[in-house]
Amino acid sequence: MSTPAATPTTNRPEFRNIHVTQIVRYRMPPAAMVSIMHRISGAALFLALPFLLWMFDLSLISEDTFARMAAIASGWAVKLALLFLTWAFLHHLVAGIRYLILDLHVGLELPQARKNALAVFAISLPLTLLAALKLFGAF
Amino acid sequence: MALANSPAGIGTKRLVVGAHFGVGNFLLQRLTALILVVFFAILAVRLVAAGTLDYVAWARVFVPIWMKVLTLVAILALLYHAWIGVKDIWMDYVKPVWVRLTLQTLTALWLLACAVWSVQILWRV
Repeated sequence: MSTPAATPTTNRPEFRNIHVTQIVRYRMPPAAMVSIMHRISGAALFLALPFLLWMFDLSLISEDTFARMAAIASGWAVKLALLFLTWAFLHHLVAGIRYLILDLHVGLELPQARKNALAVFAISLPLTLLAALKLFGAF
Repeated sequence: MALANSPAGIGTKRLVVGAHFGVGNFLLQRLTALILVVFFAILAVRLVAAGTLDYVAWARVFVPIWMKVLTLVAILALLYHAWIGVKDIWMDYVKPVWVRLTLQTLTALWLLACAVWSVQILWRV
């Protein structure tokens, strides 16, 4: 039987599973930002599901309820919420397509993975801006 | 627990009903994602083709039976996709078993309710 090693006397830092409260202190590369935003946007879309289904329902029942849905969607607070959900949808969609491509072992090398993570933002953010302009009546 | 002990090659500690659980969910998460990408592409094409979206044009998009079926399949795919994703979130951040189980149960019930509701929404058009 081997004797167990002596307990180290120095207080060395422990690295366990990352906790939510620690995330803010981490320097996050683009892929990590895409990843955590994929989760946040997914959770937001899940929480908004009753609202979105309700709006979808109103939009399809009749001409009157369609008008009611449009009236609800014209308030600025609802518009802001819709804009956030539009961002969530676009980010989740584009980042999701990136994950599907990564699953095919395409773009997995570190430099490429960094580039295609940045590409997610380069696609989803301008589209969100476009949606914002449309939503607030710029065109 | 005859089931847990008997099959050759499966350790006594391993739950038979738990085998391949993760792989199945991993694949379904991707399959449902693909269904949603295809659905939103088709929806986008139909919306562009519909022109100005007043009530009649909008409702017409969902009138054909194939579009109802496709939309329902997409919604069910979305709900299952959400189930896997939200369950992962609970499993990552919520450690007490009873709290986690309660949240998972509520999530499952809520998603089931949404599934029933979406049938009603689609088949009323």
